[in-house]
Amino acid sequence: MAAIEPMEQFLVKKVVDLPPVQVPGLGAVDLSITNSVLFMLISAGLISLFFLAAARRQVVPGRMQAGAEMLYGMVDSVLTGGIIGDRGRPFLPFIFTLFSLIAVLNLIGLMPGGFAVTSQLAVTTALAVMTFLTVIVIGFARNGLGFFKLFWPSSMHPAMALILLPIELISFLVRPLTLAMRLFGNLLGGHVVTYMFASFVIGLGAWGLAGSGLVKLGLLGSGVSFLLIVALMTLELVVAFLQAFVFAALTCVYLNEVVNLDHGH
Amino acid sequence: MDVTAAKYIGAGLAMTGLIGAGAGLGILFGNYLQAAMRNPAAAASERVYLFLGMALAESMGIFGLVMGFVILFVKV
Repeated sequence: MAAIEPMEQFLVKKVVDLPPVQVPGLGAVDLSITNSVLFMLISAGLISLFFLAAARRQVVPGRMQAGAEMLYGMVDSVLTGGIIGDRGRPFLPFIFTLFSLIAVLNLIGLMPGGFAVTSQLAVTTALAVMTFLTVIVIGFARNGLGFFKLFWPSSMHPAMALILLPIELISFLVRPLTLAMRLFGNLLGGHVVTYMFASFVIGLGAWGLAGSGLVKLGLLGSGVSFLLIVALMTLELVVAFLQAFVFAALTCVYLNEVVNLDHGH
Repeated sequence: MDVTAAKYIGAGLAMTGLIGAGAGLGILFGNYLQAAMRNPAAAASERVYLFLGMALAESMGIFGLVMGFVILFVKV
């Protein structure tokens, strides 16, 4: 029987070998196409194809157009409109891109044979750092040096500054860390748990088939584990959407703080 | 005790931080739902604070997870 290796599914392997590229200042950089890159390209292609096919601009929308419009309307009304308000409109493309990319990456990781790109800490960190830098750049562009009012709650007594300023500063600076670790941890945990129950199905089943007497109870355990996998996959399907939604919602919350800094929204 | 065994025990103990995160998230979403049931009209306007609170509560648990990873994988 094969060894149980729950972490093996997250290994990044090269699919297409490309010669290293010389980048000035960095030296040789390996730009080979790995399974991670491959699945990112596939999901980017899927998203583009879906929205190209859905954007037929008919007055009476077909099924695909209705689905695409529903998703877009959801992000517009709940995320940018609901959290940021009218000033959130310019960020709609950014938020919608984040949401659809993470959702499709999560879902493609659930497919048999799929590679969960968002369970790579490097990928989630890149997304989180991009969000964090966007918030800082937008904050300085909109408010100038007034950006630092973010760390100074308006109703604060000046004597409290000694305690509150470090707390506000730390809670601001850990944002990219928590954004990245939340997505990574949820995806990694979900996949490892599903793998462990799948190994119970095979292991207990083989054990029950080989033995006799009470050992036959292994077959029962195998069946229960199988039912649990079905339930877990349903949960993972929800988590895949929910984590994409939470990532986009938190990006909106962070953008809201800097965009509506002047009128205490 | 073997250092590797101690590392695994420490990483497991670091995960107990998730108890607090779980309890916090339960309280948060439970109370939000309770408030939203009582006054559905005000539910949408408080959703920002729901997500902000969720981010803060969950980040405490994530710090525990980070400690677990640091104990397991960082070479000293």
